[in-house]
Amino acid sequence: MIWLTWRQFRTPAIVASGALAVTAVVLGVTGPHLIHLYDTSGIATCHGAPDCQQLIDAFQSHYQLLRLIGTAVVVAPGIIGMFWGAPLIARELETGMHRLVWTQSVTRTRWLLVKLAVVGLASMAAAGLFSLMVTWWSGPIDRVTMDRFGTGMFGERGLVPVGYAAFAFALGVAAGLLIRRTLPAMVTTLVGFLAVRMAVSFWVRPNLIAPVVRRYALNLATVGFGSVGSGAQTLLPNAPNLPNAWIYSMRIVDAAGHPLPAHLVTTACPQIGMDAGQGPPPGGSTVISKAVPAHAQRILSDCIAKIGVTYHEVVTYQPASRYWPLQWSELAIFLGLTLALSGLCFWWVRRGLS
Amino acid sequence: MTSVVKAVGLGKRYGRRWALSDCTLDIPSGHVAGLVGPNGAGKTTLMQLVVGLLAPTTGAIEVLGTRPPASPAELARVGFVAQETPTYTALSVADHLRLGAHLNPTWDAALADRRIDRLGLDPRQRAGKLSGGQRAQLALTLAIAKRPELLILDEPVASLDPLARREFLQDLMESVAEHGLTVVLSSHLVADLERVCDYLIVLAAARVQLTGIVDDLLASHHRLTGPRRDPRRLPSDEEIIQASHTDRQSTFLVRTDAPILDPAWTVEHVGLEDLVLAYMGQATDTDRGRRPALAVRR
Repeated sequence: MIWLTWRQFRTPAIVASGALAVTAVVLGVTGPHLIHLYDTSGIATCHGAPDCQQLIDAFQSHYQLLRLIGTAVVVAPGIIGMFWGAPLIARELETGMHRLVWTQSVTRTRWLLVKLAVVGLASMAAAGLFSLMVTWWSGPIDRVTMDRFGTGMFGERGLVPVGYAAFAFALGVAAGLLIRRTLPAMVTTLVGFLAVRMAVSFWVRPNLIAPVVRRYALNLATVGFGSVGSGAQTLLPNAPNLPNAWIYSMRIVDAAGHPLPAHLVTTACPQIGMDAGQGPPPGGSTVISKAVPAHAQRILSDCIAKIGVTYHEVVTYQPASRYWPLQWSELAIFLGLTLALSGLCFWWVRRGLS
Repeated sequence: MTSVVKAVGLGKRYGRRWALSDCTLDIPSGHVAGLVGPNGAGKTTLMQLVVGLLAPTTGAIEVLGTRPPASPAELARVGFVAQETPTYTALSVADHLRLGAHLNPTWDAALADRRIDRLGLDPRQRAGKLSGGQRAQLALTLAIAKRPELLILDEPVASLDPLARREFLQDLMESVAEHGLTVVLSSHLVADLERVCDYLIVLAAARVQLTGIVDDLLASHHRLTGPRRDPRRLPSDEEIIQASHTDRQSTFLVRTDAPILDPAWTVEHVGLEDLVLAYMGQATDTDRGRRPALAVRR
């Protein structure tokens, strides 16, 4: 059975190996240069220096390849599910080949087990290798970006791509087995995979581990001013210096947890933002930070001192140290779903379908 | 004589439609059994129940003494060639033999090679490029080389031209003689089976209409022709299968083990094809709500 599975999987396996080899060459050639650039440009030590941001921008713009590679890591599991998972059983059922294979001296349970194991492990290995290469290659860029939990980055590095690939593959197999037609099964796999992947990213991942809630006294480092929408000028919370942390929310609240009302700021410090050089930002909720003249800085500082008596800043976040626990948890979730789908396949196949 | 396939009250339902119902069968070993019936009669369903590809909705089935679907050892005892003789289009002939060798502990590689050689198939050729007849032969080789005790062939010659059909069946018969197999093969054409079968199962309208050894069936059926007569006046041991009447004359196809003594009848033997058609016709009539035979007037 292993021979047959390999024989049928040979061509896709060669294609995938080729793609991985090409990726390895491209990343292997550009990677050392990237590391060299990181070490010599002074980015690693420039923190706080005035021209650091320019350095960072220059460094990142150098690597458009990152966007391409990142996208590839995101879509790879979907491709595996569509092209390896969905046709695995669906094509056999569609062409009636199951009637040949299931009447050889191999039970259909064993047939399914070998197919799932060989192609499933290959899917995980391919995704794992790809992720490993990308994680290594993008190391210098990630150390500059300092946003490991970022929407794209968390799912494009480390362990989770392995879980995604396993899940997408099992979803494809199950869809193929239930739908019995290759093309509809492929579409179902893609849609289902995207839905689950998004649901986990947006609803499950933030709730896996209770976030840390920290209070900060208001000061110039944690608070800026500006307006939300076309509202009046008010105090706005600023990102605290938490490198690689995943910040859920920043709020300015009083002891009872009530948010700071804008009119209070207007009454307490009527001059805020008036002498900032330009008028208030022209609508929209985009936070625009710019250098502020010294006297405006002073007004702000006075205002913060007044408001800071009753108000403080609350930041809810996952610290950087939670990165690996969250990676493992998400991997476990997807592997659990994979096992559940495999179980469904076994149950369905034994139930005597045809 | 031991039985290879034994079914009691076997039925299979797809949704609300019964593909096979109340099927009771007992195929003895050592025969070449023909399963005949019109398209959609339930032949494929019955065969897939025998090889364990389907599970019955009602009733029970025993194949070689066990219930399908079975363990690997039991799977090895039954060979199956499915309808349309499926083969992997991308795999070569040699790959198919390797597949058979890997999936069957009882695989007879020498037999398989000999057959492929004799059939003149190129081992490097892809199965997708074979002709219908060659593909059927390859599928049969796979089924025979696992050395089964029972061989099930679902419409193996349906897609073959008359010459390939004859060659296939001839080749099959040689293998049967060589290995002492019990074979069940289906067709909707009696002519295909006439030459090779010594046991007959007629399936029509999802039910078994007739089953038995061909010679016994031929010996116990007669065509009676004579002056017009009410079928109710026939002896009670003569079961009427088919009746037709003209103004003056009646023709009956009857089944009886007793000799026909009535001198008014001209008694003729019935050919296998006529016999099968009569039973299929009977099933269709039954379907229409048992129309009285007398109403069939010309």
